[in-house]
Amino acid sequence: MKKLLPFLSLCFALLLSGFVSRPVADGYQVGDKAADFKLKNIDGKMVSLADNKAAKGYIVVFTCNTCPFAKAYESRIIDLNAKYAPKGYPVVAINPNDPAVAPGDSYADMQKKKYAFPYLVDESQQVAKTYGATRTPHLYVLTRKGADFVVSYIGAIDDNSEDPKLVKTKYVENAMTEILAGKPATTNSTKAIGCTIKWRRA
Amino acid sequence: MKALFLAFALLTAAPGFAQQVAVIKFPELQKRLARPTDTTYVVNFWATWCAPCVKELPHFEQLRAANAGRKVKVLLVSMDYASQLDKKVKPFVKQRGLKSEVVLLNESDPNSFIDKVDAKWSGALPFTLIVNNKTKRRLTFEKELSQAELTAALQKVQQ
Repeated sequence: MKKLLPFLSLCFALLLSGFVSRPVADGYQVGDKAADFKLKNIDGKMVSLADNKAAKGYIVVFTCNTCPFAKAYESRIIDLNAKYAPKGYPVVAINPNDPAVAPGDSYADMQKKKYAFPYLVDESQQVAKTYGATRTPHLYVLTRKGADFVVSYIGAIDDNSEDPKLVKTKYVENAMTEILAGKPATTNSTKAIGCTIKWRRA
Repeated sequence: MKALFLAFALLTAAPGFAQQVAVIKFPELQKRLARPTDTTYVVNFWATWCAPCVKELPHFEQLRAANAGRKVKVLLVSMDYASQLDKKVKPFVKQRGLKSEVVLLNESDPNSFIDKVDAKWSGALPFTLIVNNKTKRRLTFEKELSQAELTAALQKVQQ
């Protein structure tokens, strides 16, 4: 029995580690190449990452009209574009919600928004799935590397959704400061509470 | 007769006790979930503003009722802002007559605790964690659950 105990505890440890080391989620991790897409903007035109030859990268944000967290962050997303578009990283907003589940996210409702950046409809929800987006808002910073775009940051905008005045850590802006300096972001992945993407009912 | 009617009215007007909603910080929740107990915890992270959460709440209530007297604890963790406690959360809990314990997690930076709840949780609501610290079994769901899915998940963790 004495000899058996270490063996058993080893078995147990192995069993536990099996649970822990399972892959966390599908979709992109920082460092992955991001696939380009072709999605319809609210002006009816198709938009791809490749269209903007001057872009050094993009701040891609999956967001929507209806989620209270997306609404809370709307003005901060507009601010991100105002701050980083001149530096070569414009915002591209993508609405992945199925309007059959979230009626306020219809194309007509999206067209009521007047953003200085594209607001694209991910009708097939394939882009959200490829990126691994799960919630709105869910943000990805892409950096141009030759002909490709590489994921440099995934996650939250900042640490206080309720009140921008109480924000202590601006996660994406901290990452952008480093990315613009040509360095990898120290904190390149963060999490935030948000609304589940309203996937199509099977 | 009048007195009887009055007594009846009083009885129906106050159905048991009003549910309290405790406002807690994350370490307190973490401590509760780490207890070495053989009670299976069904922890649902929700918010009054989250439509799929509100839709599945009755399933958790039903699960609690079906397992009354067994070692099952349903804990509904509201992610509403603490500023909405009296305006939104308490009236919601009262109006829906929720019997499961409801707490409000008052943390402004979700990045500081989401991974500590579970690495598989991206932060989307609803999120459900079913855990038994005795059997070391745990299941997580980052989606709305049907009654059947929830019941099956509980059985899996209890087995």
